Amino acid sequence: MSRGRYYGLRVAVAVACSLILAFPLYWMIVVAFSPRQELLTTDLRLWPQHFTLANFDRILASFPIPTWFGNSVAIAVVVTALTVSVNLLAGYAFAHLRFRGSSVVFLVLLSTLMLPLQVIMVSEFQLITALGIYGTYWAVILPTAASAFGMFLARQFILGIPREIIEAARVDGAGSLRVFLQIVLPLCKPLIAVLTLLTLLSTWNDFAWPLIALKQNELFTLPIGLLYLQGQFGSDYGATMAFALLSVLPMVMLFVAFQRYFVQGFARSGIR
Amino acid sequence: MLNPSRRPRWVRSTLAGYAFLAPSLVLLGLFVFLPLGWAFVISLKQTNGFGDGAFVGLANYGRLLTDPVFWRVTLNTALFTIIVVPVSMALGLGLAMLMNSVLPVRALFRTIIVLPMVISGVATALIGVLIYDQNNGIANKLLRVIGLEGIPWQSSGPGAFASVVLVTLWWRIGFNMIIYLAALQGVSPELYESARIEGANGRQQLRYITWPMVGPSTFFLLIMNVIHSFQVFDVIFVLTQGGPGNSTSVLVTYAYTNGFLIRDQGYATAIGIFLLVITLVFTAIQWRVSRTRDLVE
Repeated sequence: MSRGRYYGLRVAVAVACSLILAFPLYWMIVVAFSPRQELLTTDLRLWPQHFTLANFDRILASFPIPTWFGNSVAIAVVVTALTVSVNLLAGYAFAHLRFRGSSVVFLVLLSTLMLPLQVIMVSEFQLITALGIYGTYWAVILPTAASAFGMFLARQFILGIPREIIEAARVDGAGSLRVFLQIVLPLCKPLIAVLTLLTLLSTWNDFAWPLIALKQNELFTLPIGLLYLQGQFGSDYGATMAFALLSVLPMVMLFVAFQRYFVQGFARSGIR
Repeated sequence: MLNPSRRPRWVRSTLAGYAFLAPSLVLLGLFVFLPLGWAFVISLKQTNGFGDGAFVGLANYGRLLTDPVFWRVTLNTALFTIIVVPVSMALGLGLAMLMNSVLPVRALFRTIIVLPMVISGVATALIGVLIYDQNNGIANKLLRVIGLEGIPWQSSGPGAFASVVLVTLWWRIGFNMIIYLAALQGVSPELYESARIEGANGRQQLRYITWPMVGPSTFFLLIMNVIHSFQVFDVIFVLTQGGPGNSTSVLVTYAYTNGFLIRDQGYATAIGIFLLVITLVFTAIQWRVSRTRDLVE
């Protein structure tokens, strides 16, 4: 295969760009494993001088990090299960069921994706207070799961399933629900994988709404806990980076394992 | 109808359709449409704290016009958008072209470019806090090593604004690269081949082949990036808290401050609705153009 023109230059640019883009994450790791004093020196050191786990010991002793971790996992899993199933059902309806008002309803629901949180944050806050769920997991879970994200992708994907397969099942006397469960769902595995990963990611990293909806320390998710820790520990960068590293690790690992699905999802949904 | 006890076909299919939609309609109705309707009511009220507040008509909207901070944050939002959107798109296109060419360990390069997308906004901003610390941060240390003065990333408005822009670019470039790369992969290599035979140089190929071929993606990215820039919250809230002064405050952080710190909820919601109106204008443009695009294809 021909390497094309400017091969050397292109490689050099690619290496330089990758180094610049990878540097912040590299630096987070270096600082997380370096003693506190190291940062306070004025000379430039680009690699760790003394390896230490002290930063991790310090944050684990001072904050309920396993609890926050558990909160993030629980909220992300419940939101994902809820919103993916609900959007699959809706996507199927829009793709294969003919009913009055379907295109209008579809457009109206889809338009909610453009709604900035700041429009409804105050009224949403009043709503969860009125419902009596303020300061519980549900205050985060329900408004987060109420998202039409996934509905559009689900509709597109299910439209791609040949009508004949579905009509054949119909002729055999299967109702809509059976067609959905026995024919459509098994064919939707790649779609479900993409939706699950993207929803896990966005819920895991979500910040603005949990910041409003959670009040007690013990219910914090990792991003909120991270901000709280920074507020307490100020410029103790070793501590904040150790926690930042712990909090991003699960998604980085998921990304490395399922990169293809993530990239497909980003490209198709255009979300983020 | 032969069997009057059976419902007509369209009634049954409509029932089935809405039965499948019911969970979505309940969730979105309760947690999106109800708060949205209520938001318009709140924006007409003067509320402080948890009280019901009193109706003041359009006073909150009138206040927007005379509030100098509101104008400042609107200007900041616009400035942020005008800088971040074209730069992140240009870098995204450049990297996509690079990733679309023959390179060693291309998959690794691509992973590195996309990886920031999975880092949370809070963690991203805290890494920014670390790097742009004006005393001990690595950015200023590097500048001093090459003989320049350190930049006051915290104490000066332009410095803080620059740090927010740089952090956001790092976070956003991967998205632009992915969309452009998908578009480039759809361009037939023969186009470039024949252009080369005709004697077109690199710049002409970019101008007359690449740029027109990625046109729809450019438009899509323009809209998505603009909307995203209007709503950038996490990075600013954590990195600069809108400071120093209000030099990095934007509409969304100002709305949050009013709604949950000052507890002037009517005013906060009016700011949110102003943001909604601008967002709708951009969304409407996108709808129109993508509709025309569908018709053309």
